[in-house]
Amino acid sequence: MTTASTQPTVVQKKRPRFWTRFSRHRLAVLGAGILAILAISCYGAAFIAPYDQDEQNLLLGPTPPSWDHLLGTDELGRDYLTEILYAGQVSLSLAIGVALMATAIGVFIGAVAGYRGGWLDDLFMRVTDLFLVVPAIALLALALQGLGHNPLSIVLVLSLIGWTYIARVVRGQVLSLREREFIDAARVIGAKDRQVLVRHILPNLGGLIAVNVALAVAGAIIIESTLSFLGFGVQPPQTSWGNMLSQASGLIGTSKVYLLYFPGLFILITVLAVNFVGDGLRDALDPRSTSQPTPRRGRS
Amino acid sequence: MVRFALRRLLYSLPVLLIGSFLLFWAVRTVFDPLLKLRQVRDPGVIARETERLGLDQGILTQYWRWLSGFLTGDWGVSSRTSGDVRPMIQSALTVTLELLVWGLIFATLAAVLIGVWSAVRQYSFSDHALTGLSYLGLALPAFWFGLVLIQVLAVWPQQLFGWSEPPFFFVGLSSPDQDPSFVDTARHMVLPVLTLTVGLVATWSRFTRSSMLDSLSSDYVRTARAKGVPRHRVVVHHALRNAWGPLITVIAIDAALLIGGLLVTEQVFSIPGMGRLFLESLLAGDVFVLLPWMLITGIAVIVLNLMADIAYGVLDPRVRVT
Repeated sequence: MTTASTQPTVVQKKRPRFWTRFSRHRLAVLGAGILAILAISCYGAAFIAPYDQDEQNLLLGPTPPSWDHLLGTDELGRDYLTEILYAGQVSLSLAIGVALMATAIGVFIGAVAGYRGGWLDDLFMRVTDLFLVVPAIALLALALQGLGHNPLSIVLVLSLIGWTYIARVVRGQVLSLREREFIDAARVIGAKDRQVLVRHILPNLGGLIAVNVALAVAGAIIIESTLSFLGFGVQPPQTSWGNMLSQASGLIGTSKVYLLYFPGLFILITVLAVNFVGDGLRDALDPRSTSQPTPRRGRS
Repeated sequence: MVRFALRRLLYSLPVLLIGSFLLFWAVRTVFDPLLKLRQVRDPGVIARETERLGLDQGILTQYWRWLSGFLTGDWGVSSRTSGDVRPMIQSALTVTLELLVWGLIFATLAAVLIGVWSAVRQYSFSDHALTGLSYLGLALPAFWFGLVLIQVLAVWPQQLFGWSEPPFFFVGLSSPDQDPSFVDTARHMVLPVLTLTVGLVATWSRFTRSSMLDSLSSDYVRTARAKGVPRHRVVVHHALRNAWGPLITVIAIDAALLIGGLLVTEQVFSIPGMGRLFLESLLAGDVFVLLPWMLITGIAVIVLNLMADIAYGVLDPRVRVT
């Protein structure tokens, strides 16, 4: 880049440091690669999938994995890999939608509650207390039974119930940020509350938000599949990994049990990969781990 | 201690009241308690039932009527089975408590053993292997894990060795035609408990590991080692004793998660407990069961939280609960 020299040096320094740190986290790079492959093959299923989406072969019926059908075929003789890729579109889109929306709600509420304090903060803490008392999965099932099982209401309900975690984290961070000197400085020169929040506090939450989006995607995939299994998620004929599993759950002990393994493996691999990427992001963005990124593992 | 417990309970009362009112309001908006009667030709039936249940009154009045009924033991009649709600919930609760207690014991023991082992042998092969397994445990959908367990631990061995029954049962919590015995219960309990706890063991063992690592590198552990206390005694009496506190807090926070896990586990293993009762009532729109269900699980979560706080005080003498 020839124009790079005119840019402020801070920006130049920050970028390479993030990438070198992230790439040092080998599992995160592996996870990112797997996610890229998964996303491309699911969203490009129209071009990549070995068969057409609804291509049936009733004479063939269910067959175990073979060279013609890498993951076998289902009862209607449909190629299972093709089905999984198309179902992946639904599962991934729902998960990403939920993660973005829940994070947006959570960051907004958490930041305002933490910054303003007072009765607003008290109200916020009591509301999150409420959410801790009821098992989330029961609340979700109840809400979905009321609102219907279409994808839009699934995204809405999951985000409206899933925002509390990130809100608590953001609130904690804002509570400490607002005591810092640069916030005082901004207020002294006359910045309004909204400006302070958007221009000065929000950029400092970037790492936190990125990590949370990753973790929320992982959580949303699992919760969506669980709800579909219980009968409150995506409904047939629309398919998601969760309701493919739900349909295959009756096949235990039969020769068709292989239909139960593959959608679950796809969920497992996706969630693993997203978690790795989340860990990598956290290590790369955590301002406290300035030297070597410590091999921090698992959800703390 | 007693005063502390009472104060905490009093403090959670408003949360419970407001929460149950919101749920009451939501459930009443979503479901029609008279759904079953809508097809009856006699137009007077709906009016009579509305009058009897007080459905034409304000939501607050309705809530108060329901709550006072609940507190005095009159929980109403299920619209799904037409049976009394209280015995239904009582029998479901007994089944569930058994599963819950074993799950909690197993998850805590497994998590502490794994966590301590990994921390003591940090960066060894077994530490890395257990770390990998906990990653898997966090990424598994529990219901799928349960289904795969049935196939791998029950169906395959039975088919392989041609046994007349599988080594572990996967329907219900006891054999219907047998007297309950310990062996029979255990064979029914293994798979559901594993399914219920897989995610929790993964999270809690990670937590134990990091909090053990903290206390293992602290000064008092070094002092104890320096004055010649045997290694295992240092690990158990000095390090673990101090690592317990944070772990118990996490266990308390996950109480609601544990109860939520019952929905999945009981569905996979056809266990007639609270989780299944909830799902069946929800699908049938059975308001009369859903409301007490929500209130009871809410109370259960609060009591579990309280127990954790008390245990924290007992295990860590630096924390004074007054």
